[in-house]
Amino acid sequence: MRWLGCIAVAALLIALPFAVDVVLGRAWVRIIDVALLFVLLGLGLNIVVGFAGLLDLGYIAFFAVGAYSYALLASPQFDLHWSFLVLLPLGAFVAGVFGVLLGAPTLRLRGDYLAIVTLGFGEIIRIFLNNLNRPYNITNGPQGITLIDPLAVGEFALNRSYTIAGFTLAPVHSYYFVFLACAAAAIFVSLRLEDSRIGRAWIAIREDELAASAMGINTRNLKLLAFAMGASFGGVAGGLFASFQGFVSPESFALLDSFMVLCMVVLGGMGNVGGVVLGAALLTALPEALRYAGPLQKEWLGEIYVDPSDLRMLLFGLALVLMMLLRPAGLWPSTMRRRELAGGGEPGVVR
Amino acid sequence: MSSGDATLLAARSLSKRFGGLAALDGVSLTVRRGEIFGLIGPNGAGKTTLFNVLTGLYPPDAGEFMFDGERVSGLKPYRIAARGIARTFQNIRLFANMSALENVMVGRHVRTRAGVAGAVLRGAAARAEEHGIERRAFELLDYVGIAARAAQPAFGLAYGDQRRLEIARALATEPKLLALDEPAAGMNATERAELARLLERIRAGGITLLLIEHDVKLVMGLCDRVAVLDYGMKIAEGDPAAVQRDPVVIEAYLGGALA
Repeated sequence: MRWLGCIAVAALLIALPFAVDVVLGRAWVRIIDVALLFVLLGLGLNIVVGFAGLLDLGYIAFFAVGAYSYALLASPQFDLHWSFLVLLPLGAFVAGVFGVLLGAPTLRLRGDYLAIVTLGFGEIIRIFLNNLNRPYNITNGPQGITLIDPLAVGEFALNRSYTIAGFTLAPVHSYYFVFLACAAAAIFVSLRLEDSRIGRAWIAIREDELAASAMGINTRNLKLLAFAMGASFGGVAGGLFASFQGFVSPESFALLDSFMVLCMVVLGGMGNVGGVVLGAALLTALPEALRYAGPLQKEWLGEIYVDPSDLRMLLFGLALVLMMLLRPAGLWPSTMRRRELAGGGEPGVVR
Repeated sequence: MSSGDATLLAARSLSKRFGGLAALDGVSLTVRRGEIFGLIGPNGAGKTTLFNVLTGLYPPDAGEFMFDGERVSGLKPYRIAARGIARTFQNIRLFANMSALENVMVGRHVRTRAGVAGAVLRGAAARAEEHGIERRAFELLDYVGIAARAAQPAFGLAYGDQRRLEIARALATEPKLLALDEPAAGMNATERAELARLLERIRAGGITLLLIEHDVKLVMGLCDRVAVLDYGMKIAEGDPAAVQRDPVVIEAYLGGALA
């Protein structure tokens, strides 16, 4: 029975991009691809915020680090064309190092103070990328880096369409499968980490850092590990993003993007892997779905009264507020968050 | 020094100041292997500060302490825990939203090794270790008498059970010295008697106990020796009955009015 369920889910996931292509159009397949990247980002941030309880408002910086690592080493910028098989692990590693760089000076900070420092860190990375075109041109500044190599093995490149037995495999389809595999791996790693000695130590630090250290947990190393692990997920996502888009520029890594990822984690269900996946999928799809607000106005009211792009963000904000009011622990909360909000309490204060 | 040495913990002239207040002022004391050592004194005498210094939460401003033959003063809390000092807290500090079992499993952290690779790959060694952690945690819950509460979140436990859970979590670190900060606070007479039996059993298992307690009856019945702190200084040490009669101690507890 369990196997049957697995096979059904797998079949569904394989058919999904083709079905969506036929029913909703290719643009929606692309949206699903982006959603999978956000699943990776959400799960990475979930390690930092959900497990270890370290509020990070600059998480998108690691996405940027991964994307630029890939872009610089696989584009005409320096005329380097390394294989993604090297670049994706390298992106994870470099982002992990940046995670430690952010983590080390902020070890003593918690809550709102940590949030402000991480917010600053995120902006610093973006501003660096924006300005590292003088005196030596490294990042090409605001113009960004173009003509980034796609994922490719030999002659088989993912940015070309292939026809196999009458089936058209467009780039959005092939990238879907790569992203799906990465997201699945991220889910697997997250679940295993959560239910392990390391994961328990992170959660203990989140619940009561002082008690955790008195119980023999090296809080410094474990917090750095959380930052590094979380960042490496972002680094992989960044590399995939760069190869998928073929173009990166600093404006893809703004503060708002950090908040979006955090929203996905909180709204989906902080600390719960399934919740984060759900949050990432919904929050990627919702703004896109709200693009229909314009055409629908015209159809129903005969005229466009509110500018569709304004209305879209307005409705998006409203949806966020409503969801948080109705389901404060997230759409699919972890058992622990449910306990907490059901009268448990403040981590660390038992009485 | 070998572990055959009769002295487990030796503190020499420990001092800790907070601004102008001397919370600890040149406190020296010796805890012998296998005894139950009581630390008593009026509120604000510095007992909890001493605990915090001994477990590495505060570095001492002056003085040092040796544990099991090695100098451990100034080490980080997690290192001191690894050396074998575990503690409970006066105002219970459990991992509130974790289950009772998970709380104790966290206590096994310091005696286990699995890292990220072990967690993700779950090889035979990592799986065996994880089973061992869970089994031991369950045994300890059973040992303190709350095995039936294993799956409940810590915050939902009755007060006395939370105190027991803190003891189980501390025992999970395999301490040589278990430091208990007012373990009987908020307990009724029956619970206190049960606690006394539990502490006796822990001592019989070879663990030395350092106990802060206000309940005189419990201290007198349980402790082999006691030290009395007042205004950060040790004013008496020795046999509980003798200390109880010591005029300096009576003065400290009852104040100048009756003396």
